[in-house]
Amino acid sequence: MGIQSNQYVSEYQDFNDIFPGQQLPWLNQLRKAALASFSKQGFPSSKDEEWRYVNFSAIEKKVFLPKSAEAIPEIDKKLIEPYQIENCFNMVFLNGRFSEQLSDISGLPSRVQLCSMVHALQYFPEQVSEYFGKAVDTEDHGFIHFNSAWFADGWFLKLPENIRLDKPIHIIHVASDPEVLAATRNIIVIDKNARVDLFESYTSLTDGAYLTTAVNEIFIDENAEVYFCKLQNESEKAFHFSGIYVNQEQEAKFNHDVFSFGSQTSRNEVNTDLGYAAECCLNGLYLGRKKQVMDNHTRIHHRMPNAISRETYKGILDQRARGIFQGRVIVHQDAQKTDSEMNNKNLLLSEDAEADTKPQLEIYADDVKCAHGVTVGQLDETSIFYLQTRSIDRETAENMLTFAFANEMIEKIQQNHFRALVLEQLLARFPQMEIRKEWVL
Amino acid sequence: MLTIENLHVSIEDKQILKGINLEVKAGEVHAIMGPNGSGKSTLSHILAGKPGYTVTQGSITYLGKDLLEMDPEIRAREGVFLAFQYPVEIPGVSNIYLLKAALNAIRKHHGLDEADAMDFLKIIKQKTALVEMDQEFLYRSVNQGFSGGEKKRNEILQMAVLEPKLCILDETDSGLDIDALKVVANGVNSLRSPERSFVMITHYQRLLDYIKPDYVHVLADGKIVRSGGPELALELEEKGYSWLEEQAVA
Ligand SMILES: Nc1ncnc2c1ncn2[C@@H]1O[C@H](COP(=O)(O)OP(=O)(O)OP(=O)(O)O)[C@@H](O)[C@H]1O
Ligand SMILES: [Mg+2]
Repeated sequence: MGIQSNQYVSEYQDFNDIFPGQQLPWLNQLRKAALASFSKQGFPSSKDEEWRYVNFSAIEKKVFLPKSAEAIPEIDKKLIEPYQIENCFNMVFLNGRFSEQLSDISGLPSRVQLCSMVHALQYFPEQVSEYFGKAVDTEDHGFIHFNSAWFADGWFLKLPENIRLDKPIHIIHVASDPEVLAATRNIIVIDKNARVDLFESYTSLTDGAYLTTAVNEIFIDENAEVYFCKLQNESEKAFHFSGIYVNQEQEAKFNHDVFSFGSQTSRNEVNTDLGYAAECCLNGLYLGRKKQVMDNHTRIHHRMPNAISRETYKGILDQRARGIFQGRVIVHQDAQKTDSEMNNKNLLLSEDAEADTKPQLEIYADDVKCAHGVTVGQLDETSIFYLQTRSIDRETAENMLTFAFANEMIEKIQQNHFRALVLEQLLARFPQMEIRKEWVL
Repeated sequence: MLTIENLHVSIEDKQILKGINLEVKAGEVHAIMGPNGSGKSTLSHILAGKPGYTVTQGSITYLGKDLLEMDPEIRAREGVFLAFQYPVEIPGVSNIYLLKAALNAIRKHHGLDEADAMDFLKIIKQKTALVEMDQEFLYRSVNQGFSGGEKKRNEILQMAVLEPKLCILDETDSGLDIDALKVVANGVNSLRSPERSFVMITHYQRLLDYIKPDYVHVLADGKIVRSGGPELALELEEKGYSWLEEQAVA
């Protein structure tokens, strides 16, 4: 297609030595097919209905390439200190590659497998092949083709039956190079009755324009439970694509909170397939300013009866920022007694900010309870006046109400350390408001 | 303390207040009664500085200053407090934080240091006890999920903490059960002092049994049509408003 997609093809050979799993025919084949599809279609364009509101065309002005193994710099642990959470298993990825030096996963229970994708593809590739490409639709769109072809590392987690991990796992992705490509492929397998808290944060040590793409495939077996919190705090020039694709078996639970604060243009996809009486709860907060574009795209398939889905996304858009919410709920024919609620609320803080919201319900079963609601609005004048009558000046009142709107999402975070970290980053977005911390309930 | 002269107010070209005159001296308690829609809440909003109204004629002087010139938060810092007929819910802002921010804004306005954490907690503890409110409410979002009566009690708590000079209570008694009414009245009475004045809007004589007013005014169709002592409230209880409205038209 475009010059760039050709260039990604011609450059590809030069990076062969960094792609893991070269010895695996199935993976080579998959990568080859993905690269071929990408060279034909390129990155998705806003002509595609599913990509209507987000314009990734700026991504084509550059070619983003991974760093060779030797070129990955060592960084000082201190630089990522704000992201270090106590009492966690910590894995750090630098420009999309696992950093042994910065990570610490000691003390992991012996039957739990947690390692880099490079390691997994070397030591137990047959396990990886069992799951790779099984939750995601590998043909869905250009970012997935691109990720399949270009991923250089990622993480692999397998939690065996009945293991309920007390200590959370924190994956920290750090970009340190202004034009780098960080493409990770991640597989998370949670067996029956197991439970885990996962936290993934994306941050940068550069304010450059780089490209992150991450594809997470999550398999949650019967009665197992995953809490997955994601913080996207990339450089405000970066591009970020992340897709989380989940298979939930009978009565499996998936709770997800995503916070988008950074990047120039970002797309978060969360797709889940709900088994019998499975439950998912998807929450998101996107905070845009300047000319940031934040696209949230969710798809929930109710395939079996009695499943519950809850979804709350909130956007706060300032200056010329644009926020997008496209939420699709598909209730298949057999999914009787489905209980689904979807909600999207947007706060526009400037006249030039924009929110596009598109909830979509497709219902093929008759005995279901589905609700959805969306709002796009400004701060409530009645509330501002009420605060003023209590001596609070208008600007502080506006800040309080904006913060409160965001804080409602922060409060949903189920893990204390995660909550504190995300809050810290949220507060950093309002440097003029030193006292905000006290507003926290 | 407060002088309202010939006040005319309209909203969206509709004349609501049509020449109000009212003088409230320090330490006095004034009750304002009157039929639904007569302009009582409008008057309270004007005093608090709510935007959207147009003052077409008249003036309001508060402690020698032109009240209408002040922003709402300045009025509040200068001692004007409105207990709302319909208190606003503010999800995500805790009661205790609002109280602290409000108190400190007032202190700062008067050139005082912020209350330190210990002092603040002491004040709060004492005032929640005064309105018989559970401490748990302090950590909830402002008015969110509060019952009607709890909201009213919360308004009185704020008033007790902020210690205003001019307290305007817009139907604080409506929706209160007998016990809650006593608690609220008790809170108000304990705040009564020679320096503090009250304007109480109410529909019920009952409140005036607990908080004895110095004056009772009847507001009908945007005007004060009758003023008197506490006995006027009793007369209204008996006869309703129609006889006054008829007189006013006549
Ligand atoms: N935004 C508005 N536009 C038009 N009319 C309004 C507006 N706000 C208030 N009014 C009208 O102004 C009049 C006075 O209202 P106000 O709330 O002051 O009455 P009130 O005396 O407090 O009544 P109640 O006893 O029922 O509380 C009413 O007729 C009301 O409908
Ligand atoms: Mg009223």
